[in-house]
Amino acid sequence: MYGLIWRALPGPWAVKLLLSLLLIAAVVYLLMEYVFPVVAPYMPFNEATVTEDGGGA
Amino acid sequence: MVRGTVRTFGELCITAGLVLILFVVWQLWWTDIAANEDNANLADELTSEWADNPRNELPPDPETPFVAEPVDMNSAFGIVYIPRFGEDYYRTMAEGVAMEPVLNRMGLGRYPNAAMPGEVGNFALAGHRVTYGKPLNLIAEMRPGDEIIVQTADGFYTYTFRNFDIVLPDATEVLAPVPDMPEFKGKDRIMTLTACNPMFSARERYIAYAELTDWQPAAEGVPESLADSPAFEKATGGEV
Repeated sequence: MYGLIWRALPGPWAVKLLLSLLLIAAVVYLLMEYVFPVVAPYMPFNEATVTEDGGGA
Repeated sequence: MVRGTVRTFGELCITAGLVLILFVVWQLWWTDIAANEDNANLADELTSEWADNPRNELPPDPETPFVAEPVDMNSAFGIVYIPRFGEDYYRTMAEGVAMEPVLNRMGLGRYPNAAMPGEVGNFALAGHRVTYGKPLNLIAEMRPGDEIIVQTADGFYTYTFRNFDIVLPDATEVLAPVPDMPEFKGKDRIMTLTACNPMFSARERYIAYAELTDWQPAAEGVPESLADSPAFEKATGGEV
């Protein structure tokens, strides 16, 4: 998988390296900014409230 | 072919592991940074709002505190200082206990049916004990006599910590005007803080009870106990 990506990237290896780092940065950004906030409420350690159903808001 | 499949499977497993590690980093480290920044901005906004609309009137009876007016859901209306949590500790508080946006971004959240600061009844706030700026991280360190100072547009309400309890997550009777006795109306001005317990678990709730012991209208300036504190300086820039 990573081999394919590496081969698909254009240019000499220095450019490939730069592009890969950019790709990694983009993936990390997308995960931290959009994916994790959506997933976090399903994690079982963040409740702070008392509610009738006990589940927290 | 088999080799390629095995390799791809391995790479996917490693990727999944890295994503999980990144999630932990985000949850334990990044959410604190983001929430603290939001908190500082919110405190600035509140402070300049209060500075632009100063409340100059004094109460007819100095013994009866002003009761803060109801505010819109998900909007900030006060700053909480708890010296036990650190000399520069402050957190903003907002209306409502939804994770987004209140508890995850705005500090402490007021239970919508609870009393307002200074009101007879139970002024109840929820807050994260870990992650998202962890406003109640040190809730278990509170000792009887510790002060919780709540600043709103109207003034400063000093609540004094009395006792704690550990309850199950559905124990809404802790929010009653007389905690644990929902059938009584009560005549005291108390405050309740709720956070998860134990840390990193949602099995129980840690409850801290406090009682209003002092208050000062905004027109009379900042209480002495707060005036020189680094927390007040940091939250408001020293202005009222």
